[in-house]
Amino acid sequence: MSTTVTTPMSRMTALARAELTLLVRSKGTLVTALFVPLVLPVSAHQAAGEMDLAEAGLTIGEMVLPAAIGFSLLFAVYAALVGSFVARREELVLKRLRTGELRDAEILAGAALPAAATGLAQSLVLAAGCVALLDMKTPPAVHLSVLGVLLGLVLCTALAALTAAFTRTSESAQVTTLPLLFVSAIASGMMIPLEILPDRIASVCELLPLTPVMTLVRGGFTGDLSAYSALGAVATAVAWILLSVFAVQRRFRWEPRR
Amino acid sequence: MEANEHEHVIEVTDLRRVYGGGFEAVCGIDFSVRRGEVFALLGTNGAGKTSTVELLEGLAAPAGGRVRILGHDPYTERAAVRPRTGVMLQEGGFPSELTVAETARMWAGCVSGARPEREVLALVGLEAKADVRVKQLSGGQRRRLDLALALLGDPEVLFLDEPTTGLDPEGRREAWDLVGALREAGTTVLLTTHYLEEAEYLADRLAIMHEGRIAVTGTPAEVTATEPSRISFELPHGYHVGDLPPLAALGVSDHTTDGRTVRLRTHELQRAATGLLVWAQQAGVELRRLDVRSASLEEAFLSIAKDASADAAATKEYAA
Repeated sequence: MSTTVTTPMSRMTALARAELTLLVRSKGTLVTALFVPLVLPVSAHQAAGEMDLAEAGLTIGEMVLPAAIGFSLLFAVYAALVGSFVARREELVLKRLRTGELRDAEILAGAALPAAATGLAQSLVLAAGCVALLDMKTPPAVHLSVLGVLLGLVLCTALAALTAAFTRTSESAQVTTLPLLFVSAIASGMMIPLEILPDRIASVCELLPLTPVMTLVRGGFTGDLSAYSALGAVATAVAWILLSVFAVQRRFRWEPRR
Repeated sequence: MEANEHEHVIEVTDLRRVYGGGFEAVCGIDFSVRRGEVFALLGTNGAGKTSTVELLEGLAAPAGGRVRILGHDPYTERAAVRPRTGVMLQEGGFPSELTVAETARMWAGCVSGARPEREVLALVGLEAKADVRVKQLSGGQRRRLDLALALLGDPEVLFLDEPTTGLDPEGRREAWDLVGALREAGTTVLLTTHYLEEAEYLADRLAIMHEGRIAVTGTPAEVTATEPSRISFELPHGYHVGDLPPLAALGVSDHTTDGRTVRLRTHELQRAATGLLVWAQQAGVELRRLDVRSASLEEAFLSIAKDASADAAATKEYAA
């Protein structure tokens, strides 16, 4: 009898397909994930209009687009994944998956794929929309933006798993996700450009998890990010990813507390 | 050759499990299961059955001792063990918004050498429910879905944690037939259960756990043989216990009386019953409410629970 042997890719695909079905059926998550990042640029646009962007040397598009991509990463990927990781744990789905051939990392990565794909698709739509509607020039260093988004997807997945480790129930996920949402929105260069902050505060903000992602995405559009700064941003993002993965390996809970 | 190499498919040596709060759920147990055997772990709630099975499934690392499944450590050598085992957890583990068919398809994508999903769903009688969401299934139907997933990869070793809890009598009988068919096909099965008749019917060998330890192990016949058989009846009017034939000569080990009801315990049921009935016939009396029963697993089980709680009470008294 010929037997088909599973591979990490085939296993994660099977899991991702099921998660995608669940994502489509979960109306609340879907609405938050799809509309918040699309609605937000409008209000950011208004806020940006009131700020003195010239002082920061930014155009409206260079401020609004990275913010929109940042909110996509935060809501469509990070917050959505915390909710689904916790829900799967409560339903004992994670426990069941661990009885099979899937490795631990495959379970989390496979379950994260649909949300990560949503975040990626949204970023592309937002970029295309902003370039078309806000009179932005074609990005001079688009590879930096792409790198930023990809790092952001991995980072938000890892941070979601870490947050889920400290979240007991689906209800409490609405609270445990708030710190990162708030801190990132305010201090990672989404709502307020770091350039207009005092230097000392700005240099602390640069160390926050989503700041390097924002720096890279924006740098791709302004084209004025030095290789040195770009490397620093990549290093900061990678450090956060490694730290989160390390913590997840030790602290992630696969079963509900009883 | 393969069969000789792994004569014992499951080997458990001095196994321990300690939970976060320091509670020792499994306190050093040993047993082994041969290829093709059906082995049952019995015990009251909290006896440590599920804690043990989870260690065998490789879901957690033991606090001490060792487990070998097909010659491998199920926790550290997951990749070597998992393609050859099937697991039915004690409860749940399905996203409630997926349909039965979607759940089976997802699991099939994670199992090497998976059989067609429809085939296993038919095997457990769920083919008509393929398009129903998991949240709409009854408890019994969920157990059957769980069983179907455990069977999807044609496992060599099957772990069933309370497979028939929540099933109606018909569903239970069907599950028993299924396990019987798997045994015929050479699958090694380790199951836990509350139902003594289930263990008696299915298991080649069994172990009764109590408070994290194995109190007794053997074939169902061996385990029941440790318990005496029982005879009870009402003494006919005008008769006393002393009027009966000498009980020791009938092989009766002890007796109690409660009003007019006499209860005898014996390891030689046929001799004791024959002696008693011959006496009644010769005396021309009727033994009303006569009840003759061989020892059952249930009695063995209850006496273990009773002895253990008596021990615990004695320990407490001693400590005080």
